[in-house]
Amino acid sequence: MAKPKPRLSVPKNAKKGEIITIKTLISHKMESGQRKDKKTGKKIPRKIINKFVAKYNGEVVFQSDWHPAISANPYISFKTLATESGTMEFSWTDDDGQVYSKSAKIAVTQ
Amino acid sequence: MKSEISANAMTRRDMLAVAGAGILTAATIGFVPGSAEAKPADVEMAVKKLIGNKATKSGRIKIDMPQIAENGNTVPMSVTVDSPMSKDDYVKTVHVFAELNPRPDVASFHFTPRSGVAYVSTRMRMAKTQNIVAVAEMSNGDVYMAKTEVKVTIGGCGG
Amino acid sequence: MRKKLVGGILTLGILFGAGGVAMSDHVKGYDTYTTKDGRHSGYVYAAKETQAIQDDDLGNPAYLWLDYGEELWSKVEGEAGKSCASCHKDAATSMKTAGASYPKFDKASGKPINIEQRINKCRTENMKAKAFKYESRELLSSTIYVRNQSRGLPMSVKVDGDMKPFFEKGKAFYEKRRGLLDMACKHCHQDNAGNMIRANLLSEGMSNGFPTYRLKWQKPGSLHRRFRGCNKQVRATPFGYGSDEYTNLEVYLGWRARGIKVEAPAVRN
Repeated sequence: MAKPKPRLSVPKNAKKGEIITIKTLISHKMESGQRKDKKTGKKIPRKIINKFVAKYNGEVVFQSDWHPAISANPYISFKTLATESGTMEFSWTDDDGQVYSKSAKIAVTQ
Repeated sequence: MKSEISANAMTRRDMLAVAGAGILTAATIGFVPGSAEAKPADVEMAVKKLIGNKATKSGRIKIDMPQIAENGNTVPMSVTVDSPMSKDDYVKTVHVFAELNPRPDVASFHFTPRSGVAYVSTRMRMAKTQNIVAVAEMSNGDVYMAKTEVKVTIGGCGG
Repeated sequence: MRKKLVGGILTLGILFGAGGVAMSDHVKGYDTYTTKDGRHSGYVYAAKETQAIQDDDLGNPAYLWLDYGEELWSKVEGEAGKSCASCHKDAATSMKTAGASYPKFDKASGKPINIEQRINKCRTENMKAKAFKYESRELLSSTIYVRNQSRGLPMSVKVDGDMKPFFEKGKAFYEKRRGLLDMACKHCHQDNAGNMIRANLLSEGMSNGFPTYRLKWQKPGSLHRRFRGCNKQVRATPFGYGSDEYTNLEVYLGWRARGIKVEAPAVRN
């Protein structure tokens, strides 16, 4: 599997105190562990992204635990307060321990 | 003969095998013969594990899902919980369950006072027509619960 | 022969039952995706939640492949030491109409070629690189990236002159019964568009959104993949990816979709 590359939608600019909408998307099969290999009849082992964390200048503002019922190529959208300028960092943790991450800068004015 | 159906690719149904049109409400995506599916009781148990013997309140939670899912493997879901989201009064976590999926847990969403609004939108897999249950844990210990039914149909000619 | 006919009619009766879901239930975007003479993009037949997934440039999963296609555009590959960008520079300019006008007649081979074949022709002949396999991440991503440059333009595949004999072959394929179920493309997508086939709503089988992210596939797929699926569904032996039969059919479908806006990469059930 090629390394998943996330897509982000984070406003470039916001006013202090504004509630902004973040959207994220990452490519991942989210193999549920329910499917069987058509040739061998054996169950294909589970391999999903099980955790998503959003940080704003180092502080966690939102996080989520995922189970196999989350669809392939998981999409998640949530909101956060634009408090100060800086960087939002997002990370996705795979069952195999790998962590995929991407960040975006935000400029917050008064 | 029970056919094996994979979670992520519907088998081609023999179109001649089922006469009559109309919406079919049972879609058994992801079922392996012999494996159990979740029951509403499992969700009750999962909720109890989270909150102990507390009573759940109704209201405050809005679950936005389609009435009929076009495809059970990607069903959009949004949850919004009415709350000031202040340091003293905010939604800590929203847990989502599917009563009749192979496993009841779907996801848990953890908010903070910096969330501004307790809102999340994602896409989930649904094995069949069932209730989706959302449980919101508040910072003051209160627990709210809501559920919504989503119909899942299996197709006719996927290709 | 008579048995076959009766069987065929019964099949149709069972399949196309119950008047169907009114298309007005799926009306969002009606004006943008419909021609003046009343032909519709598959968008109009999709559930509104599915339409919403397509409309969200961030949330449309096919864009994950488009991003990779954009990367590949500038990637140097092959013995000639070139990338797509070396010759074609900025895709937004050089590929602007490609998605709306392919398949086009290729003089060298004397037959039409589609975007996938054109990409591979460039790769093997000009870049001296290996061709991409059909349905590979590379080919899907590259095709999506190229076709997406024409997003919003009306489909306008040329079907006269050199293209005419292939258009006719594609039309004949579309109308020919095949498979155990003895059905032709037109039985579903022309005669019964807007009706239900069990729990699926039949569209007009337009090609303007391909490569399409199908929820069923949980990844994008090419038009030829869709053809193969359709043929298998009527229990007919499918033709190969990039086959003449399917390329001719693609020409005909390009004409069927004339005037409908390119939506690649679309999201459908």
